[in-house]
Amino acid sequence: MQIFNIASEINYYWGVIILMMIGFYIVIGHSNLIKKLVGLSIFQSAIFIFFILMSKVDGGTAPILAEEYNIYSNPLPHVLILTAIVVSIATTSLALALVVRIREEFKTIDEKAILEINDDEF
Amino acid sequence: MLAHIPILIVVLPLVIAPVCLLFRSPEISKLLATIVSLFCVVGSLFLLDITFSGTIINYELGAWEPPWGIEYKIGLLGALIATIVSIIGFACVVFSITYNKHEIHEERSNKFYALLLLCLSGLLGMIMTNDIFNLFVFLEISSLSSYALVASSQKPKALWAAYRYLIAGTIGATFILLSIGMLYMMTGTLNMDDISSRLPDVHSSATTQAAFAFLTVGLSLKVALFPLHFWLPGAYTYAPSPISAFLAGTTTKVSLYVFIKFFFSLFGTELTFNEINFEYIMGPLSAAAIILASLSAIYQTNIKRMLAYSSIAQLGYMTLGISMATKEGLSASIIHLTQHAFAKSALFLALGCVIFKLGSANLDNLKGLGRRMPITTAAIIVGGLSMIGIPLTGGFISKWYLIQAAMGADLWLYAVTIVLGSVLALVYVGRVVELAFFKSSDEQLQLGEAPIALQAPVWLLLIANIYLGIFPDSIISVARYIAEGLF
Repeated sequence: MQIFNIASEINYYWGVIILMMIGFYIVIGHSNLIKKLVGLSIFQSAIFIFFILMSKVDGGTAPILAEEYNIYSNPLPHVLILTAIVVSIATTSLALALVVRIREEFKTIDEKAILEINDDEF
Repeated sequence: MLAHIPILIVVLPLVIAPVCLLFRSPEISKLLATIVSLFCVVGSLFLLDITFSGTIINYELGAWEPPWGIEYKIGLLGALIATIVSIIGFACVVFSITYNKHEIHEERSNKFYALLLLCLSGLLGMIMTNDIFNLFVFLEISSLSSYALVASSQKPKALWAAYRYLIAGTIGATFILLSIGMLYMMTGTLNMDDISSRLPDVHSSATTQAAFAFLTVGLSLKVALFPLHFWLPGAYTYAPSPISAFLAGTTTKVSLYVFIKFFFSLFGTELTFNEINFEYIMGPLSAAAIILASLSAIYQTNIKRMLAYSSIAQLGYMTLGISMATKEGLSASIIHLTQHAFAKSALFLALGCVIFKLGSANLDNLKGLGRRMPITTAAIIVGGLSMIGIPLTGGFISKWYLIQAAMGADLWLYAVTIVLGSVLALVYVGRVVELAFFKSSDEQLQLGEAPIALQAPVWLLLIANIYLGIFPDSIISVARYIAEGLF
């Protein structure tokens, strides 16, 4: 049970911030278009975890109607995040479709190479 | 039926969009898109008529009361922006019916209209809703469809522009989502009215201020506020012309409306201007946007790109008005938003006419345009005069009030910036006029005027702009009324 005690003492919001920054850095730092999207997904997932963390109530159970439980976690953020996950899937699939088309037209998925082909500024 | 107008103008385009996909016939989707966008114009004019007397429309979705259900709430500003969006949407749909053969494969045009209707639905939803999470969902509906619309052009560069737009837009939307989470954490509700009544107790909390910061950055990406505008020139330049016109007139304007709604009603002027002193960040950035984007516009050789930079500058005027933190500044900003939406969309559509006839929108193609396509050139010039702010156009009224507001708030530097921005606009519009009238084309081609089906939507929007310039009383009183209500 030692491990559970340690787990409950960690401030998980730091995890959210670290994940967010990792994702954001990949979006900015990588020139491979697919890797950028991976970064974008990590970035979005960090926010989803943030919503889930915030809905946790100390000592609360799942939101079910039962006589022996009075405290339960807030179910609303979970529902919101279901919607946000769908949005995120739509975004990623649209972006992947764009990358496929970019590869067909430019024969590369590297940002620098694409910028060299389009010599005018974007 | 009439009581359900607020939801109908959002849901009808949303429902008709997949119907367009199912029918596969370009003719049926053109017809459906025209009817639906016309319905949105009529519906939003009806809402404008109701809210004009000061009534606020509250509509409960599925008759669920606000804290539990989603509520739509339309004030005068919402109805005004909805009217602008749906009129521009209608003009772009009509324009694209004739134009699309030029830039989009005929067999793909049902998808084009489905996406356009989805985008319209998302934008109108953003305006109507009073629930912050619902706002995020509509924001994503409109953004996702606009990324696809930008990519729908046959030019390869449009794909890259759409990808960049997608990355920037998604980062912005994710920041907004994070801010929504923090606001929910602090207030325990998603209803904007409830949030604004509970926020004053937690103004000093770091979470509220972080929510404010994330929202500012996220929305600024969507508004293309300098220096977060990098996605805009590419997206506007390489999108098909009706889409450039639609995006220029609607997406950034609706984002700006959300900006006003959040900072004035939700966070409240007390937090925005007195505690966080938002105007110290927003003001200089807007001034920089006006000067730097206008300077960039002067050096462009592609006219669409020039107009895109001019859009960034004009958005700078709107945020500058907001950052004056006075009623006069806000109302001038609303007038500018209204007239500029019409003028800029008309300009992009007029350029669409040029591209339709001559193939591209490079400066070289404009040589002798005044003799080849006199009516289109006249449209470009009227729109350009409105960018500069010449009397009798809408641009004059809004710049006049912006300068008055700046002087009223003792912000002389802002007034100078506005005048300087107009001078720079004179340079880039002047360049177009010079080429169109005083240079003759190398190749003596006698090309005719664009068809009337392309001219009509351009002049519909321009007449709206000129009407605001000649009879400004109604828009001024509306803007004043809105500003009174928000401060």
